[in-house]
Amino acid sequence: MIETDILIIGAGPCGLFTVFEAGLLKLRCHLIDSLPQAGGQLSEIYPKKPIYDIPGYPDILAGELVDKLMEQIAPFKPGFTLGERAETIEKLEDGRFKLTSSRGTEHVAPVIAIAGGLGCFEPRKPPISNITDFEDKGVEYIIKDPEFYRNKNVVIAGGGDSALDWSIFLTDVANEVTLVHRRSSFRGALDSVEKVMELNKEGKINLITEAQITGLNGNGHLNEVVIKHKTEGEITKKTDHFVPLFGLAPKLGPIAEWGLNIDKNAIEVNTFDYSTNIKGIYAIGDINTYPGKLKLILCGFHEGTLMVQSAFKYIYPDKKLSFKYTTVNGVNGF
Amino acid sequence: MENTITITVIDREEKEHTLEAPTDMNMNLMEVCKSYELPVKGTCGGMALCSTCHCYIQSDHDLPEMSEDEEDMLDQAFFVDDETSRLGCQIPITQELDGLVIVLAPEAE
Repeated sequence: MIETDILIIGAGPCGLFTVFEAGLLKLRCHLIDSLPQAGGQLSEIYPKKPIYDIPGYPDILAGELVDKLMEQIAPFKPGFTLGERAETIEKLEDGRFKLTSSRGTEHVAPVIAIAGGLGCFEPRKPPISNITDFEDKGVEYIIKDPEFYRNKNVVIAGGGDSALDWSIFLTDVANEVTLVHRRSSFRGALDSVEKVMELNKEGKINLITEAQITGLNGNGHLNEVVIKHKTEGEITKKTDHFVPLFGLAPKLGPIAEWGLNIDKNAIEVNTFDYSTNIKGIYAIGDINTYPGKLKLILCGFHEGTLMVQSAFKYIYPDKKLSFKYTTVNGVNGF
Repeated sequence: MENTITITVIDREEKEHTLEAPTDMNMNLMEVCKSYELPVKGTCGGMALCSTCHCYIQSDHDLPEMSEDEEDMLDQAFFVDDETSRLGCQIPITQELDGLVIVLAPEAE
C-alpha cells in the first residue's frame, strides 16, 4: 500500500507542477497515470510540437517541458504508479481516501487531486456493432504478449506504426498475418512501411489496402471478419484474432462514477481553491470547469498552486501556514 | 455582413444549423461549430490529432488540400468517406467558403 499526502491522478504538466508547489509546503505527492510514462497529452499526443505560451519560454517542445518539470520536481521525490488507471475510491474510517488502481495497487492519502486532463487514454474501438461481443474472444485492442498469437491467424487493422510494427513482428509467430488499411499509403516510419511491403511480396503478410473491417462473425469466438474493399466490395476472411490498432483516445473513465459534480465531461470546482463537491478531493487543469475556464497549461499551474494551500489547511487544520518565496528560501527537497 | 460567411451544419440528429462565421478572426470550422455549442469536441484543440471534428463536406467548395497530418489522423478515425471526409480544424474560415454545407460525422465510442 502506498501512503502519501496528496495523491495526484494524472501525471500531465499540471499534476507534475503540483508536486513542486506541494513540496514547498512539505507535502509529499504520489502520481498515478494510466499511460506508461509521465507527461500526459504532452508525451502521448504531441511531444514534438512547440508550445509558445509558457512564461519565460518563447517556445518549448512539449516533450522538453515534461523533462524540465520532472527535473524541477525531482527534489520532492514524487512517487509514480504508471500504466494503471485510477479505478475506485473509498473513504476510510480515519478520513483518508483509499484509491485502488486497475491493477489493484492501493494508495491512501488524505487529499486527492484530480489532474486528469482529458481523461484516461484508451484504445479507439472501431464502430462494428457486435465488437464488444468478441472482446477477449478473438478481438484485442492491445497486443500484450505476442506468444498468444502463436500459430494463429491474425487480422490487424490500422495504418500507423503500431499496426505496421506488430504485423512485421507477428510474421515470425503467427500462422498467417493480414493487415487491413483504409488507404494504399501508410503513415508509419518509412523503414517499417518498406519492410511490410517486402514481407507482402514474400507472401508473409497479406496486405489488403483501401479496405475497412465492417463486420465480425463467430459462434462464441471470432472466426471470420468482413472486409469492405473500395472496389471489390465485401470479402470475408477466416481468422482467429482481430486486432484493431487505431491509436488512443481520452475518456473520463471511472472518475465519472465517484459522485463528483460533472458538467460536460468536466468536474465542477470552486475557484477559491479548486475543491470539488467532495471534501478532500480537488480537480485542477483541463479536467475541471468553472465560469471563465481556459484549458491552458499556464492556468493549470496556477490552479495547482492555489489548491495545495487549501490542501495543507485541510490536512493540518491547526498548523499555521506561512507563504514563502523560493528566491528567499531556496528549494529544500525531501 | 462584411467579413462574415454563412455555413450550414447538419448535426448527428439531422438537424440543420445556420452559422454566421467571421472570416477575420483566424478561426477554423471546428472552432466555429464549438462557438455555436454544436456537439463538436475538438479535444486536441485543432492539431489534427483527435478526429473529434470529423465532418463530411456536402457542397462543392474548393477546400485547402489535405495535409499529411490530416490524412494520417483520418486513418485512425472511423466512418471515413474517401470523397468527403475532412477534419473541421484543418479548414480555415475564408470568404470562399460562403455557403459551405457540412454534416457532422458520427461519434466513435
